[in-house]
Amino acid sequence: MDLSAIDPLVLAASIMVASTPILLAALGEMVVERAGVLNLGVEGMMITGAVCGFIIAVQGESPALGFLAAAAGGAGLALLFGFLTQYLLANQVASGLALTMFGLGLSALLGQDYIGIKAPAMGEVHVPLLAEIPVLGPVLFRHDPMVYLSVALVAGVWAFLRYSRAGLILRAVGENHDAAHALGYKVVRIRMAAIAFGGALAGLGGAYISLVRVPQWTEGMTAGAGWIALAIVVFASWRPWRVLLGAYLFGGVTVLQLNLQAAGVDIPVVYLSMLPYLVTIFVLVVMSASSGRAALGAPAALGRVFHASG
Amino acid sequence: MLRLEKRPSPSRLWTGATPLLAVLLTMLAGGAMFALLGSDPVVAIRTIFWDPLFGEFAFYYRGQLLVKAAPLILIAIGLSLGFRAGIWNIGAEGQYIVGAIVGAAVGLAAYPTESRLIFPAMILAGAFAGWLWAMIPAILKTRFNTNEILVSLMLVYVAEAMLASVSSGLLRNPDGMGFPGSRNFKDYPAAHNAFLIEGAGVHWGVVAAMIAVIFAYVLLGRHVLGFHIRLTGEAPRAARFAGVNPSLLVVVCLGISGALAGLAGLFEVSGPAGQISIDFNSGYGFTAIIVAFLGRLHPVGILLAGLLMALTYVGGDAAASALGLPSAAIQLLQGMLLFFLLAVDVLANFRIRFGRTEAA
Repeated sequence: MDLSAIDPLVLAASIMVASTPILLAALGEMVVERAGVLNLGVEGMMITGAVCGFIIAVQGESPALGFLAAAAGGAGLALLFGFLTQYLLANQVASGLALTMFGLGLSALLGQDYIGIKAPAMGEVHVPLLAEIPVLGPVLFRHDPMVYLSVALVAGVWAFLRYSRAGLILRAVGENHDAAHALGYKVVRIRMAAIAFGGALAGLGGAYISLVRVPQWTEGMTAGAGWIALAIVVFASWRPWRVLLGAYLFGGVTVLQLNLQAAGVDIPVVYLSMLPYLVTIFVLVVMSASSGRAALGAPAALGRVFHASG
Repeated sequence: MLRLEKRPSPSRLWTGATPLLAVLLTMLAGGAMFALLGSDPVVAIRTIFWDPLFGEFAFYYRGQLLVKAAPLILIAIGLSLGFRAGIWNIGAEGQYIVGAIVGAAVGLAAYPTESRLIFPAMILAGAFAGWLWAMIPAILKTRFNTNEILVSLMLVYVAEAMLASVSSGLLRNPDGMGFPGSRNFKDYPAAHNAFLIEGAGVHWGVVAAMIAVIFAYVLLGRHVLGFHIRLTGEAPRAARFAGVNPSLLVVVCLGISGALAGLAGLFEVSGPAGQISIDFNSGYGFTAIIVAFLGRLHPVGILLAGLLMALTYVGGDAAASALGLPSAAIQLLQGMLLFFLLAVDVLANFRIRFGRTEAA
């Protein structure tokens, strides 16, 4: 065992990379849930994004193009979910699960010719001046553009929900769709937009795994990241900055256990690889034990079917 | 334009007809997919849905059908009880794996003793382990109000890590020359879940699945617990006034589904799979969710749905070898089936009217 082999700076820098996929997916899902829709298909949208992004990036030899395709793929799948739940009024839990299964199958089918290929590399952007700061520079400011984009999106979503009129309407739809409908807001259309946005972010998150983190395509490579993103939304009490915190905490645990495995700590590998999931359960328990549903900030209309029957 | 009008109660006709319609739509969409993949859609659909039942080698495939359907039905029956009451156990795959590990461990611990008691002891251990694994989300739900969907799902990944560990560690075959995987139960008659009738595909898991179907049918139709489950699902507020204890219901529903999933795992590992290995589980715990919905959460429906889903597995394998269709295509077909089912469900609960749409 050699703990000194773990360089704290490298560790800290890799936390941001490890956290970005779940940060993106969780942020998207948070917006969807704030609109009152529970989409359990995050895993399916992520893996679809991962494969779409990978294929287009390899074909077009451009990671940026890949990320665009991933967002489109994730959003496309999400709209399928939206059509089922918003127009055909299907059960959201079941539809979300269906989306995950469908996405896993679809991605395996699409990606079968792309196994073992390497993705085109995405360059790092060193933020001028800031990247030169000792210690903080390499940790915070020497990453690929997606890392910065994910943090910018957190800020954007936060400002949108807090300060914009559209954000207020979205929250109203999520808290009480009947009242929002009575006020003349298009509940279904607003929810469809939120669902598409959530799908696009989940797709980006998935593509980040297949294009940057791994960077290869293997079947089922998201390995539960989508479910963890769902848990992080609960952990975050549906607030954007707490989503960031939750994702980085979780990313930290993942990176730490990988590093401990590599350093050959005396803890058996099986316990280390369980660690992220056990931590998630533990955090969920602590969050749900501390206060009731209302105090946690769950949107009041979350998961309820809206049918304008007036 | 089309407009939906809620029916006062679900249409009986459409409730029965929608699964068939969904299967039909899946065949159409699946055929289109197979055509895109470059094989003849008619041949592909026939290979999957017809040949295993009535084709040249049907005598072999029919047995396979029961082997694949048994775990699906066993798990789906348990899940359906909870789903009816709005208790979402999504982690049956984990309970299935843990049941298999613990049940197999009991059998392997007794090796090479020959006793009639070993297999029953394994069955008990498997069911108990599955129950125990399901009690984790149940207790957390009742005690701390933690979301059972997420906890049960996280525990699948924990169970998979355990499976990977024991198949190359604790339960590894000592005579296996270092290869991962346990002893094969086929070489250990006292613990082997052998076919009861040679060639018919009937093993103890099939028997257990039939018993579970009857048990669930009686429970839902005749027992007060079944009434409470249905009441909680259909009218949660009324259930509270009727004195239903929601915590008890969570514990019972998750417990039954966990125990049945554990049983399914044990029967699978000691029979068709033969040994504990890192990938013996083949995702039945997740496919069972489709089966439960396809069967309309009704025991008899689940029986039929399990057989249909087994048909897609068996036929899919046949199509994979005969036509070179990728196995992922079959997985996609199963996903489509669930999608179409959820989509056509609208016909059972709503009337479609033509007329001016209102703002929504």
